[in-house]
Amino acid sequence: MSKYRKVIADPIFHNNPIALQILGICSALAVTTKLETAAVMSLAVIAVTAFSNLAVSIIRNHIPSSIRILVEMTIIASLVIIADQIIKAYAYDISKQLSIFVGLIITNCIVMGRAEAFALKNPPLVSFLDGIGNGVGYSLILLLVGFFRELLGSGKVFGISVLALNTEGGWYVPNGLFLLSPSAFFLIGFIIWALRAWYPEQVERD
Amino acid sequence: MKFLRNFLDQQEKHFVKGGKFEPYYPVYEAIDTFLFTSGKVTQRDSHVRDALDLKRMMMTVVVALLPAVYMALYNTGLQANLALAKLGLAGVEGWRGSILSALGVGLNPASICDNIIHGTLYFLPAYIVTIAVGGFWEAIFATVRKHEINEGFLVTSLLFPLILPPNMPFWQMALGISFGVVIGKEIFGGVGMNILNPALTGRAFLFFAYPAQISGDAVWVAVDGFSRATPLAQFADPTMTIGVSWYDAFMGLIPGSMGETSALACLIGAFVLVVSGIGSWRIMLSVLVGMVALSSLLNVIGSESNPMFQMTPAWHFVLGGFAFGAIFMATDPVSAAMTESGKFVYGLLIGCLVVLVRVINPAFPEGMMLAILFGNAFAPIIDKIFIKRNIKRRLLRNA
Repeated sequence: MSKYRKVIADPIFHNNPIALQILGICSALAVTTKLETAAVMSLAVIAVTAFSNLAVSIIRNHIPSSIRILVEMTIIASLVIIADQIIKAYAYDISKQLSIFVGLIITNCIVMGRAEAFALKNPPLVSFLDGIGNGVGYSLILLLVGFFRELLGSGKVFGISVLALNTEGGWYVPNGLFLLSPSAFFLIGFIIWALRAWYPEQVERD
Repeated sequence: MKFLRNFLDQQEKHFVKGGKFEPYYPVYEAIDTFLFTSGKVTQRDSHVRDALDLKRMMMTVVVALLPAVYMALYNTGLQANLALAKLGLAGVEGWRGSILSALGVGLNPASICDNIIHGTLYFLPAYIVTIAVGGFWEAIFATVRKHEINEGFLVTSLLFPLILPPNMPFWQMALGISFGVVIGKEIFGGVGMNILNPALTGRAFLFFAYPAQISGDAVWVAVDGFSRATPLAQFADPTMTIGVSWYDAFMGLIPGSMGETSALACLIGAFVLVVSGIGSWRIMLSVLVGMVALSSLLNVIGSESNPMFQMTPAWHFVLGGFAFGAIFMATDPVSAAMTESGKFVYGLLIGCLVVLVRVINPAFPEGMMLAILFGNAFAPIIDKIFIKRNIKRRLLRNA
């Protein structure tokens, strides 16, 4: 049992795909101006990573090594298309805001990386859980960044006003920097800083 | 003085190893060496002993900045008093007005004394906020990292209010300097390790976070509701005429960031920096050359839709933050290029970029801040290229 718990829990703090492996930064910058888009993106990535890991793991003994990347890409691409279609069907507004970034999950190094590094060598169930764990690790950073960007940049959380804006008679002057992509870099940097202060073993020695 | 020395000596036992306040030794040390010369003397041989330590170097920069500070005091007051006279207001609102009337100081733009006192009421609080907030972060990092508080902050804290508009809210200044000190400097490891100039990093933060308070027409004169475009904005807008003479702009009698307006005050500072050998003349000169070259080229090319193409190098020099940035910001020894030939490339890059941003990019009438930050980011690469070239040349020579 502890093995399963480990594959789920490890990628959240100890081996976070964004904070330690520095993967998936592109979408973390692009979709985090609002918490809503960040949440939908997170769900999509969790689903794609989990099911691509599962599928790759099931057929891992039948994939010829020379074309394994192609096979993995086909699986991931199909899953991304399904995720994209589902979001379009049930959350059309959000899918418009996410624009191409759902489609770009296919280029997210986390998905491919887990398929290559984990699913090819491990049985289906544990691969599936590893996919969920890594998706959650990614989501955690995305939601943290999205929370601070939306709160500080427009005074809202999930579109609900929390800090009353000065333009609407409140006291909070929105910080425009948090609506620009560089702020996500700063926030991810802060998160990495905090994580490495907490777990000093994550600091690279040179 | 004797009393102060005795007092500090008495307190020392609480801060040294084993004392009650041992973690706060950096704070004690900073106060002690700020007031007196350090008692520590190198004991072994083998050390180069030079009168020019970091503290003296930073103090020289502060001295070089003094003309710009005086101009900031005078011009901020002058612009405010002129605006009040134009609006027909007899008094100033708020606490500044109370202090002015308590002191019995008038609001006559023709009186130097009135202007300086009015300007001081804007500059001094900004400076105090910067010192207090920035110093707070410095002390925290010094305490946690167990090193001494560094004098570099004296310069950063003086530069920062000088490059802000006079009426910036204090909490924004506090946020800006916090960002500048923490993100611009401390996370890289403190003084000497930073890639970017901390004061400019703080200003860039404010520029993108709160553009309404640091750009546009309404912020450059310290009177609420008084809008006056900076001459750079007037140049950029074909419907406006240039409201100032070149001489006024050179002297610094124009609206703008508090300390940046006077090219004359900056030149006096440049003289101090170059004569004392602290500021690099290579950087100052090459920034100037880059600016003159590109703006002359654009003068020749010309443009029918963009009036900024017609702006001559002489105007580029006196307007905006060009002189201030080239002399005090680009030459920051930590964030500038280190190699002597690299300094020329670095300076040329900044000089050309400032003209590019000012002229070609319609979103930003002023480009000195962005140009210097960009130059800072490229300085390590420039250095690396020149160091590699040098190594290669010497290998060939000795092969």
